[in-house]
Amino acid sequence: MQKLLLLGDEAIAQAGIDAGMSGMYAYPGTPSTEIMEYVQSSKDATERDIHREWSANEKTSMEAALGMSYAGKRAMVAMKHVGLNVAADGFVNSAITGVNGGLIVVAADDPSMHSSQNEQDSRFYGKFSFIPVLEPTSQQEAYDMVFAGFEISERYKIPVMIRITTRLAHSRSAVQRRAQIGENSVSLPEDPRQFVLLPAIARRRYHNLLGVYESLPADEIMKGYNRLIPGKDKKLGIIAFGLTYNYLLENFPGDSITYPVLKIGSYPVDSALFDKISEQCETLLVLEEGYPIMEELLKGVLSGGRTIKGRLDGTLPREGELNPNLVAEALGMPSERGAEVPPVVRMRPPSFCRGCGHSDVYIALEEALKEYTPGRVFSDIGCYTLGALPPYNAINSCVDMGASVTMAVGAADAGLIPSVCVVGDSTFTHSGMTGLLDAVVKDSPVTIIISDNSTTGMTGGQKSHATGRLEAICEGLGVEKEHIRTVVPLKKNHEEMVKVMKEEFEYKGVSVIIAIRECIQTAARRKKDEMARKKGK
Amino acid sequence: MKNDIILAGVGGQGILSIAAVVGLAAVDKGLYLKQSEVHGMSQRGGDVQSHLRISDSQISSDLIPYGGADLIISVEPMEALRYLPWLKKDGWIVSNSTPFVNIPDYPDINSILDEFRKIEKSIVVDADNMAKEAGSVRSGNMVVLGAASKYIDIPFDSLCDAVRKLFGRKGEEIVSVNIKALEAGRSCCL
Ligand SMILES: Cc1ncc(C[n+]2csc(CCOP(=O)(O)OP(=O)(O)O)c2C)c(N)n1
Repeated sequence: MQKLLLLGDEAIAQAGIDAGMSGMYAYPGTPSTEIMEYVQSSKDATERDIHREWSANEKTSMEAALGMSYAGKRAMVAMKHVGLNVAADGFVNSAITGVNGGLIVVAADDPSMHSSQNEQDSRFYGKFSFIPVLEPTSQQEAYDMVFAGFEISERYKIPVMIRITTRLAHSRSAVQRRAQIGENSVSLPEDPRQFVLLPAIARRRYHNLLGVYESLPADEIMKGYNRLIPGKDKKLGIIAFGLTYNYLLENFPGDSITYPVLKIGSYPVDSALFDKISEQCETLLVLEEGYPIMEELLKGVLSGGRTIKGRLDGTLPREGELNPNLVAEALGMPSERGAEVPPVVRMRPPSFCRGCGHSDVYIALEEALKEYTPGRVFSDIGCYTLGALPPYNAINSCVDMGASVTMAVGAADAGLIPSVCVVGDSTFTHSGMTGLLDAVVKDSPVTIIISDNSTTGMTGGQKSHATGRLEAICEGLGVEKEHIRTVVPLKKNHEEMVKVMKEEFEYKGVSVIIAIRECIQTAARRKKDEMARKKGK
Repeated sequence: MKNDIILAGVGGQGILSIAAVVGLAAVDKGLYLKQSEVHGMSQRGGDVQSHLRISDSQISSDLIPYGGADLIISVEPMEALRYLPWLKKDGWIVSNSTPFVNIPDYPDINSILDEFRKIEKSIVVDADNMAKEAGSVRSGNMVVLGAASKYIDIPFDSLCDAVRKLFGRKGEEIVSVNIKALEAGRSCCL
């Protein structure tokens, strides 16, 4: 079979295609975005017409995937870690309903917050929901675990989570493909009430789920990912979860490691494995990428017993991602840094592209707000969040997708009038619309500025559900027509934008200002594609 | 054989094309490869880096350890210096000399070049101008790769083949400009 050079994300996508997946569901989010993008650009997926449209948000993608599973087909849903918060209701309850066709949920965590607002560890969600978690160490394992995941999912009729982190998601390596498996055909669940979570049914299913979860560590596929590698030097036993195993090996070239190592790639883990390593070694070093979840469990609440080193006792940093050097230091091995960065090197933070419409919005906003006290602009997550940086310093919040709308409403409730929200088009359709409905129902004195660049910019320019629909959506939600204003954020329209903003700040009800101009990046790409197409003809 | 290379630059300067060329050539030679990239937030005009590891035996970590890189290849001079903590004591640093100024406090270019003078194993090339001569400023990344190619354990011809493969889709003109740029970089540092 063919070998491909793939990102971790792409390996998962290719595996989904090869393992007979009928639907890929996702909302973009770093570091998970490339999973869907790969499926969208795959010839195989196009020929088979695998479902590959973006969803409005992670909750809708999770539920649509569950729907496909209900109808008997294999589905995969991918999201960044904070996306799982949005999808959590469906995710947690999908464990109770169980599945029909295989269902895999890919959660891509971002320890060290390279592109995120927190570094939450999705393995918690697995345990919380009694959903098994597979955690690959390499691109190849990521590929293989999709096959394993669908098999486990269909064997036990439960969803399976694959948890990856930024480093694997965005690192490329060779992947050996397997023979393709055919897709399932449509078939309904055997028990027609399986998905009806009325309390009486839910109790039964929950009981059943707990039994399945307890039996999982003994499953052959699950067991295959956890193994104890013997070592002669019993001074230390090392438990390496997921990707950390690589950082460990990096310090022992040519398999020269002499300590016993317990390598873990699937959860829940058979506790006998922990017993086996702790019988041999008085001191254990726990390596986890993310929260010290397992370390805390192993330590327990009672002192005494084994010495457990890791993130909790300062052997490793409590926060941030690990790397080969941190693991070396934890092992007491030398770890040399190169020369220090000379002081002449300056920070180069991300910034608006030259000519970006968002910056015109902020320049107008600053002027329009001059006569008000500062601190009333609630914003959100996207390229426009860069308005928080100098020289704009234009926004006062960025919390979670959609929170700009609802926080402005809450602040207005408290008497901060006018309250202003600046939200991106994709963020608005992700989670802003329901908040706007709240505002309409109580006629909040808020001004919602939707900075519509007609794309999902921050994550690389994916199609936005909002494109061409914003006015109709706002009107449909009940915003008065004369308070839905449209402007084009260009320098030459500065005066007009300021005037429109000022007028709407004066209005003591709900206003929406749609500032619409295509992202210059996607515009350039579109023009290039069009040129290429013309040339081709 | 093992080469650990840090690629550096600013979002949009084409370091991923360098990675792709070396990666393709490495895989063609049957070498192992791991290459981590930066996506997302830092692409908006911020600093970007890629860790490129090639070896004739299995590679464990996707990240190069501090003090472990054999080579830094940078398409921007200040960005090259940002990754010195990763460079081995006897590692090489090869950089473009033209600054990419998109921050208000970008330092005087001479103070940056002074830092390179302090590093014995450093090479600075005027990649932008050499690329212009080769036919397009946009192939500055290939000039820098050419200049660094001596320190990569892959035959130069294989790198050229990889350029042909990678850019072939875009037409013969783009291929030849990029090969010329690669050769220009190579010949200035032999
Ligand atoms: C729950 C959640 N899902 C996804 C993301 C990733 N994300 C951050 S910004 C963004 C795009 C926002 O697009 P838009 O609102 O149109 O603003 P733009 O970047 O185009 O300015 C996405 C998908 C996130 N931070 N949180």
